[in-house]
Amino acid sequence: MTRAEARNLALAAAAFALLAFLPFLKDSGYLLSVSVSIAMYTVLATSWALFSGPTHYISLATAAFYGLGAYVVAAGIGTISYPLLLVLAGIAGAVLALAVGVTTLRLSGVYFVIFTLGLAELIRQVVTWVQNNLTGSRGMYVLTEITERIIYWELLGLAALVYLVGWLVARSRLGFALRIIGNDELVAAHVGINSAAAKLILFVISGVFAAVVGAVMAPRYTYIEPSIAYSPELSFQVVIMALIGGAHRLWGPLVGVIPFALLWELIAARFPTQTVLLLGVAFLLIVYFIPHGVVGRIESALERLRRGTRRG
Amino acid sequence: MLDIQSVAKRFGGLLAVDQLSFAVRENEVLGLIGPNGSGKTTVLNLISGAFKPTAGDIYLDDRLITDRPARHIARAGVGRTFQLVRVLPSLTVLENVMAGAVFGHKRLWGREARKYAERQLERVGMAHAIGMPTAALTYIDEKRVELARALASDPRVLLLDEWLAGLNPTELQTGIALIRSLREEGRTVVLVEHVMDAIRSLCDRCVVMSGGVKIAEGTPAETLADREVIRAYLGDDDA
Repeated sequence: MTRAEARNLALAAAAFALLAFLPFLKDSGYLLSVSVSIAMYTVLATSWALFSGPTHYISLATAAFYGLGAYVVAAGIGTISYPLLLVLAGIAGAVLALAVGVTTLRLSGVYFVIFTLGLAELIRQVVTWVQNNLTGSRGMYVLTEITERIIYWELLGLAALVYLVGWLVARSRLGFALRIIGNDELVAAHVGINSAAAKLILFVISGVFAAVVGAVMAPRYTYIEPSIAYSPELSFQVVIMALIGGAHRLWGPLVGVIPFALLWELIAARFPTQTVLLLGVAFLLIVYFIPHGVVGRIESALERLRRGTRRG
Repeated sequence: MLDIQSVAKRFGGLLAVDQLSFAVRENEVLGLIGPNGSGKTTVLNLISGAFKPTAGDIYLDDRLITDRPARHIARAGVGRTFQLVRVLPSLTVLENVMAGAVFGHKRLWGREARKYAERQLERVGMAHAIGMPTAALTYIDEKRVELARALASDPRVLLLDEWLAGLNPTELQTGIALIRSLREEGRTVVLVEHVMDAIRSLCDRCVVMSGGVKIAEGTPAETLADREVIRAYLGDDDA
């Protein structure tokens, strides 16, 4: 580890420690609720970018994993202890990601995007059908003693974990392989890289994180039904946030998550019926104006500045 | 070392390679030559595993590699460059070359991989470009980086697809000397090439293709004097 790396690691640890004290602030009710959604989107967008950043595969399956995790908790609460349910949700996410990955990572570009969107929708419809026809109810109750504070700490812990995993992957042979795959898959194959396996590992990692986030969030809803747990909006939000920030850097998505989550709070409060429309508009604007995200913009500006000073 | 047996490749209605057989001996430089569109690059793609042959078999040593994916063939010690140069644009020059050292059959990592990659860059005359982004490279330098990447995997067999094309006379002499030094250190080289001077001075043997079939095989002097070969290159009237 170099000194700069050690310093960054220490800074990150300090930041997380500081954030952990947030629930102890006076009148932190609203602040806490906003922080929960920021933390949630941070984990989702960052883990999404771990896979999609280097490979350029746009996955719209976040909601499928998130909903799966939430439903694992809903189905098991009362009979199985909550921490164990989180682990089970992670395992379920890994199994689903493995199954989806093996069958679809051969698809390229737009086919993969459509498949992942379809997958989330398919699972939602199946769960709806099962509930309506077999259990005779539209949703399920998740009644626990878990407060928003605990959810916040859980998400903060997950965020620390996702950054740690991302950092370790970036330093590894696997991370290097993914960058090569993202550049040129033919060259990757010809230097001896197993691209299918590398992509699958990252897809599973991001699936596990999304499922565990769903499980962590389940108690917050108290009552979950497919349209909440498997909301396709969530998948799009995650993609937008990661892309606004920049999916090619580990901390890029965070730069998108914070303003977008705040903006979203505002939109959802003021224009509750137009959220999807505004989401679509945001998507278009990003693709046109900042394809490499805010971080990409900052980096190229810095690069220009550096060149300018060297010349002058 | 390499044994190509009755290999054929069909793309839809086009038979790009037809019933082609030849062998590459250990530690020789074999020239694969012929007019444009005769199927030379396709043959390299079949050997490296980029394409699967429609029929026939390819052996590396005594191992059948016909249906192996490209990554297995690369790890078995077959390195290549591409006719249309393929550098990795978002990686630095050094990282481009490290790709070969990290995942090829050497499988180095960290400082070891970096040092090994630096040595390959020095070898192809690109020591000055180690930290540069690839966007700053000229076409010729891109070719050098690509060769360094192939060398970084320490290949036993090196497939070069028109690597000497586009070099000026001085660069050509350096390039020829470089390829010769690869043979001297025990590597086997298959080169697809149009530069006749290079073929004459480098190749131990040549395989001449035309319209997907082999029309001649032998020393450069023999094959380039062959009536069939002259007709393939220049047409009937000149033969």
